[in-house]
Amino acid sequence: MKISVTDPSMIEAWLERNLMRVQKPGRYVGGELNQVVKDWASIPIKVALAFPDVYEIGVPNLALTILYETINQRPDALAERVYLPWVDMEALMRDGGIPLYGLETKHPLNQFNILGITLPYETLYTNVLNLLDLAGIPLFSNERDETHPLIIAGGHATFNPEPMAPFIDAFVIGEGEDVIHEILDTFRDWKAQSVSRDDLLHALLNIPGVYIPRFYRPHYHPDGTLRLMERLTEAAPPVIHKRILGRLPPPPTRPIVPSIDVVHNRIAIEIMRGCTRGCRFCHAGMVTRPVRERSVEEILSAIQEALKNTGYEEVALLSLSSSDYSQITHLVERVSHEATRQHLVISLPSLRIETVSVELMERLKGKRQSSSFTLAPEAATDRMRAVINKPIETGQLLETARAIFQHGWSKIKLYFMIGHPTETIEDVRAIAEVSRQVLAEGRRLIGHRASLHLGVSTFVPKPHTPFQWLPCDTPEQIQNKQRALLDALRGSGIKINWTDPRETLLEAWLSRGDRRLAEVIYNAWTLGAKFDAWHDHFDYEKWMTAFQMANLDPAFYTHRQRSLDEVFPWDHISPGVRKAYLQQEYLNSLQGILRLDCRRQCYACGILPTYKELRRKYPGPHWKCPEIPVHARA
Amino acid sequence: MVQRFRIHYAKTQPLRYVSSLDLHKVWERYLRRAGLPLAYSHGFTPQPRLQQAHPLPLGYLGANEIIDVWLEAETDLSAEEVQARLQATPQPGIEILSVTEIAPEAPALTSQISSAEYEVWFLDPLSPDELASRVTQLLNTPSIQRERRGKAYNLRPLIEFIEILTDTTPGRLGLRMRLAAREGATGRPEEVVAALGYDPFAVRIIRTRLNGATT
Repeated sequence: MKISVTDPSMIEAWLERNLMRVQKPGRYVGGELNQVVKDWASIPIKVALAFPDVYEIGVPNLALTILYETINQRPDALAERVYLPWVDMEALMRDGGIPLYGLETKHPLNQFNILGITLPYETLYTNVLNLLDLAGIPLFSNERDETHPLIIAGGHATFNPEPMAPFIDAFVIGEGEDVIHEILDTFRDWKAQSVSRDDLLHALLNIPGVYIPRFYRPHYHPDGTLRLMERLTEAAPPVIHKRILGRLPPPPTRPIVPSIDVVHNRIAIEIMRGCTRGCRFCHAGMVTRPVRERSVEEILSAIQEALKNTGYEEVALLSLSSSDYSQITHLVERVSHEATRQHLVISLPSLRIETVSVELMERLKGKRQSSSFTLAPEAATDRMRAVINKPIETGQLLETARAIFQHGWSKIKLYFMIGHPTETIEDVRAIAEVSRQVLAEGRRLIGHRASLHLGVSTFVPKPHTPFQWLPCDTPEQIQNKQRALLDALRGSGIKINWTDPRETLLEAWLSRGDRRLAEVIYNAWTLGAKFDAWHDHFDYEKWMTAFQMANLDPAFYTHRQRSLDEVFPWDHISPGVRKAYLQQEYLNSLQGILRLDCRRQCYACGILPTYKELRRKYPGPHWKCPEIPVHARA
Repeated sequence: MVQRFRIHYAKTQPLRYVSSLDLHKVWERYLRRAGLPLAYSHGFTPQPRLQQAHPLPLGYLGANEIIDVWLEAETDLSAEEVQARLQATPQPGIEILSVTEIAPEAPALTSQISSAEYEVWFLDPLSPDELASRVTQLLNTPSIQRERRGKAYNLRPLIEFIEILTDTTPGRLGLRMRLAAREGATGRPEEVVAALGYDPFAVRIIRTRLNGATT
């Protein structure tokens, strides 16, 4: 878009004239508690951190909270925040030639040195293009020069960076806390001696974990599968290994406290990273390995500090599997004491389905409590549970449900997925059967106050997981399964939510896409696609047209069984987990072989050899992989 | 022991676009950070006890707003102590003017207020003569029919007075007005601006005073 205003004071003046014309103007002004405003003129490195969706969704994002605090602690750098304007505000900004700006000082985005974008999920991709356009920054990396900010992206979706490769200058694979400093140092040194953007990108090649797509060129077989990812310079690493921290640093304790309501109003403390359960559908479980814990003392002191700095009334203790935190009982005991004393609500998501979880939550109730209890069995038959490697017996689920109703909760939320590999209609109907049994327990114990909500999402095969070779269900299959489930639930009084099959498809295309998909994303954006993650905004027809324009078949990406020797577009990006391990796990799933908690027995996923140096450098009980001698298995 | 304090404060730019519902939360967290223990209501979901006088609409600034807070400390707090703790705790958008202790059973704030005074500054330059004549004309109209949220109403009886303000910045003009602020009969300054035929969004509105409240 054409920018006609570049001065922060003019942007401020425009805002005052226009904010009352839009919904929720509080999204666009900044000025919240704990915002950091640094002197624009005297700070050499200016970073804008972007969440490519609206303010309310972006502010609670933990990755950006960490990076904001980390960067602003450096005397030579400043970080400001940017979110996407909602459609009403966007229209006014485009009309007035007003560029996207940093909330802290209202400087236009294109006056920053670096723009860091977080991509936790794929349905944000068209928003990234819109964000760049609203900033007056050329969309394609090769159209940008020294006068434009360096565009960096990270986050879980970037473990397959290829669909967004042409738009991003550099991807950061893995955890960003350390690597951000290396990037800023490299930027500072480059700025001191060169103006060539090419020099900067070459310098960034030296940082482990940084992927610069322009130094790689994909070649395809006639059937459309990848033949080879060619390196265009010797300096480009053949494989980019994700970065991890050898020890988790203290969590951020001075987060922005938004003055308007956002999706999560709370202090978020990660109690650990990684997961040892090995659910085969789970992207996060594969890419965030290995497990590293924070100590109870560290967590408690962070909570105290953050309460003092924010005044929040809710604390969320986050991890992929809270029950597996080694000191969970001790932690809950200590935290619950504070909860009662200070009227806090403590949330502890991702608990395992066992009565111990109910006892833990019972202690955390304090004076206030949520009325519902959430469990995620994911599948309803033993066969299906063995396929996905999440073995929970129905008896155990019912026992847990009984404990929940007996301890005063009246509502249970159950999360299931349909579309698992090899799933039959009987597996789907079993979801209804199990759900009816759960509700029956509640009715028996507390009568008609008992209620059950089902969240039924559709499985999408993700890169770097054991199911990366598998096709995704077609919309017809998904609809049939959803209908079967609805029929089986009729008259049960159970409420159910599910995902629109077409939205599932979008996620499926983008998850396992190659670099050619960038053209589809670009076409979709030019056709007006944006806010694809919003049900009311997602427009399937635009995406279909975008595929046609690019001469690509969407089914190639979603409904194709990939052969075991196929080269994937993300094979040169390594989460530390070996492809051979993923393949073994895929084959195990077909035979229903379970792989239980890998803290007890190592299944050689590849993490140990990849990070053995790091572990030696930061030894301690916070690592939860077993201590075993590393053989030549890597 | 529960104590009730009446706090006069200014709501400034950083909280200008925050609704009264959200402002409630801002106050809760502010008091908590200041180490002032809120008293909670009883019941299944206890809520902290706070009461804003006549909530300030989104987009307005407030030069002298009022909120009542109920605190429950282990030992009695003095108004000076409460004021000092608040002033020592940063909260963008709130400037504490005064704190007084009032009787816990004193009537609700909103019920005591009858009118509010505002300053309205036009963001765009306009002709002072034109403005003066439009104001005179408006005040001389016996009935000003307006519609708000689909409901027709007469704005005229809600206007107690309007006068023209000038600023040291040449060409910058404003209005001072007093409008009714009673339950079910509250005048809004931007409605007056619109009735005058100007863009109701291109203004800065400051509520300067709530009339009728004791203290």
